[in-house]
Amino acid sequence: MFTSSENIDPDDEGGVIKKFMFVNRKAPYGTIYALEGLEVVLISAAFEQDVSLAFVDDGVYELKKGQDTKALGQKNFSPTYRALEGYDIEKLYVERESMEIRGLSEDDLLVDVQIVSAAEMADLMVEQDVVISF
Amino acid sequence: MLHIVNKSPFDRNSLESCLRLAKKGSAVLLIEDGVYGATKGSSVEVKVQGAMANLKVYALGADLQARGVADRVLDGVTVVDYGGFVDLVADHSNLQSWL
Repeated sequence: MFTSSENIDPDDEGGVIKKFMFVNRKAPYGTIYALEGLEVVLISAAFEQDVSLAFVDDGVYELKKGQDTKALGQKNFSPTYRALEGYDIEKLYVERESMEIRGLSEDDLLVDVQIVSAAEMADLMVEQDVVISF
Repeated sequence: MLHIVNKSPFDRNSLESCLRLAKKGSAVLLIEDGVYGATKGSSVEVKVQGAMANLKVYALGADLQARGVADRVLDGVTVVDYGGFVDLVADHSNLQSWL
């Protein structure tokens, strides 16, 4: 996609490990973005890349504790964020400003994350090979 | 890093978040409805002008023209054609499309 293919040998399945960041900016149930993003993250785990997740803007609502979709008739996919560790996806970053604007604190989140400032998040984004937004 | 924004700043917060999270020295390309963010006289003008102290801002000419706003592009914004769009992508080592 946006990544150069010149370093990739199609016969070499090991080899190149790139830094992928998935940026989540949408709340979980109003649109399909959050769930689709999570599916892509799980797929990426199979390719043994250096994966990190960023939660910005309404994306922080994806990690809110206590989600219960029974009455809604939709799948509650929030427990999946806690399972990411099992796929060696351990770098979850939440932007502090986005969290605070929404009245949330670290205690409101359902998984261990690193809380970072906007400036720190900017640094993390710049160092990626591939950034994909949802 | 090249940031691409394709949503109107009056409809979504994509541009606002992009400007908050873009590191100094990065480039921002406005396309599709994103080009409204590059026009004079709007409520986001001051924010975009301020951001241009640290960021290089581009807008896609075809999208400005289609929307009738090619004659009111903010000073300091560089208008590019499709070839320029390709050059921007090729000249940056990574990019982020803000949905």
